[in-house]
Amino acid sequence: MNDMRPAERAVTTKDIKFECRNCDVYYGDTHAIKDVSVDVEDKTVTAFIGPSGCGKSTFLRCLNRMNDTIDIARVEGTYLLDGEDIYDKRVDPVQLRAKVGMVFQKPNPFPKSIYDNVAYGPRIHGLAKNKSQLDEIVEKSLRRAAIWEEVKDRLAAPGTGLSGGQQQRLCIARAVATEPEVLLMDEPCSALDPIATSQVEELIDELRENYSVVIVTHSMQQAARVSQKTAFFHLGSLVEFGQTGQIFTNPKDPRTESYITGRIG
Amino acid sequence: MTDATAPLPSSSHRAGSSSLMEYDAGTRRRNNAERRFRAYGLAAVAFGMFFLAVLAVSIIRSGTPAFTRTVVQVDFAMTQQQFDEAEKSLLKTKVYSGLFISALTAELQERGLDSTFDEAAIERLLGKVGGTIREYYKANPAKLGEPVSFSLATSSRVDGYLNGRVKRDTLQDSRFLMASDLDLVDRLEEAGIIHAEFNWPFLTGGDSGVDNPGGAGIGVSVVGSFFMMLVVLVLSLPIGVAASIYLEEFAPQNWFTDLIEINISNLAAVPSIVFGILGLAVFIQFMHLPQSAPLVGGLVLTLMTLPTIIISTRASLKSVPPSIRDAALGVGASKMQAVFHHVLPLAMPGILTGTIIGLAQALGETAPLLLIGMVGFVARGYPGGFLEGFVEPNSAMPAQIYTWAARADAAFYDKAWGGIIVLLLFLLTMNIVAIILRRRFERRW
Repeated sequence: MNDMRPAERAVTTKDIKFECRNCDVYYGDTHAIKDVSVDVEDKTVTAFIGPSGCGKSTFLRCLNRMNDTIDIARVEGTYLLDGEDIYDKRVDPVQLRAKVGMVFQKPNPFPKSIYDNVAYGPRIHGLAKNKSQLDEIVEKSLRRAAIWEEVKDRLAAPGTGLSGGQQQRLCIARAVATEPEVLLMDEPCSALDPIATSQVEELIDELRENYSVVIVTHSMQQAARVSQKTAFFHLGSLVEFGQTGQIFTNPKDPRTESYITGRIG
Repeated sequence: MTDATAPLPSSSHRAGSSSLMEYDAGTRRRNNAERRFRAYGLAAVAFGMFFLAVLAVSIIRSGTPAFTRTVVQVDFAMTQQQFDEAEKSLLKTKVYSGLFISALTAELQERGLDSTFDEAAIERLLGKVGGTIREYYKANPAKLGEPVSFSLATSSRVDGYLNGRVKRDTLQDSRFLMASDLDLVDRLEEAGIIHAEFNWPFLTGGDSGVDNPGGAGIGVSVVGSFFMMLVVLVLSLPIGVAASIYLEEFAPQNWFTDLIEINISNLAAVPSIVFGILGLAVFIQFMHLPQSAPLVGGLVLTLMTLPTIIISTRASLKSVPPSIRDAALGVGASKMQAVFHHVLPLAMPGILTGTIIGLAQALGETAPLLLIGMVGFVARGYPGGFLEGFVEPNSAMPAQIYTWAARADAAFYDKAWGGIIVLLLFLLTMNIVAIILRRRFERRW
């Protein structure tokens, strides 16, 4: 678990999925995100690291407009998904969230069966024409989340009855079932044990083939293991953003260096 | 890491160290406080149980006489000619009871009962029999001329004598009952002409006049209460739940919604009679809805129940973890889908609990009914049909009980207690239905 060697890096530059410019977020009077600009590449894992309260989760929630549900939050700046402004008046946040899926810090399966958990998204978006198609989507999503073998015999059992790691993978299956283009993960492993964590990390690496993944994590090892790009946040500002290898081996900013060597945070 | 190798301070050097085997003063005080608190709690529970037991025993003891009645059983035949004559006379019921009395007298003479009696004494023993006989023959004219066995209620005092309320040594002679009549009652009971039976008319019948406690029944007002509860349920549940969902999930937080919230909390504490006068002013005087109708009663009780339902529904919506909402929104559900597919089913058991509390409150409410004319009203008959049930004048169980309790004849006192038993059984049935429903929702986790 102490493997600090950066994962093998993709050298080719990819299309930019999310282009965020001069982003500010206010919670009431608190200025939570200060002038952040980040580009998220397609088919890449981007990690947001930083000490608690630095705004990395807040920024993540801006990317699928989950902050809309908080009355006092005010979001400014430009957020372009494939060149389209997601905060445009014409954009329906519900449609956006179908494209930009999210996995939360705490596993939060619906108190329904495993099958219904995964089938819920496809059902409300009308992705399946009939039962067999829906069955196919459920199986494919559970397979992608590497949980199919464990639950295939008890799809009717409640999702809340699974173990923590299984629940989180179920949530990932639920998120990928709607065929999103971007997957946002807010500290997906913070409630998991090391074995479940490594399973989820493997999964993230596989998901990279199809999706652009943005992951918020407290664990620098995790960022180093799974991501290609890393952004370091501190006190609401983006301090440094670059290739994960470069951030961990040769940080440009002294604050980044202090953080990854454990002196601040 | 250097202090790891430093020698540990030995226990003899630590000041004030004491053995774990001895309680120090603080521990003893804490344990005593806890023991006292448990004793208080136990005492409070025991106190409550005691009064509950007293209540149950006294209700059952005072209420059971209402479920038995004393009847006079006589075979009786009436000819077409007698019927026609009776229908022509001025005091019709008097003629019928006169015929009944002579039939009874004839039977007594035939049996050769060794007791002095006259027709006036027999009349004193009987309740309002004339009306019952008349109604029977009007409904079954084919039975005229045939012998029919009638079981007719005795007067309330004879009833009271047989179940112990009226005592021979304290009875004062009056035009209602003489002490000497009691001998006759004893004889008749020995002969099997007077006997006690289960009081079905009490469960199925309507109210009677103030002078006829034997004919009083709660059935009609049970129907009245049923229609009222139907109105309350159909209106307050959807309105209350919709209002709570809007306030809890959709409404912005501002001074206006704060004001609404304060108002709702205060409305829950408004005395129910205020809702009664509001109902009188709005529904009857302004909207000209019929007086004494279960529809109006239901509307008034809906106003009273709404705050209860809204408050409990909001509390149960609030208790649904926000992670469920996030999860639903995260897979691209709209806010409404998130609420109706996930939040509402989870809040359902709590909503049902609040609803049943509100309905139970409404079922037992008397004061608002006072003002819309459902108290003191003598509801003799059932409504003509389902829709008429809402608009035809009727009473409600608590109003009926209140009316009986206010009447002079002591026999109505028994009826009031009996009515309370029926009211409690109705409430129990409602609660059981709610519990079953709640179980079914809970099983869906």
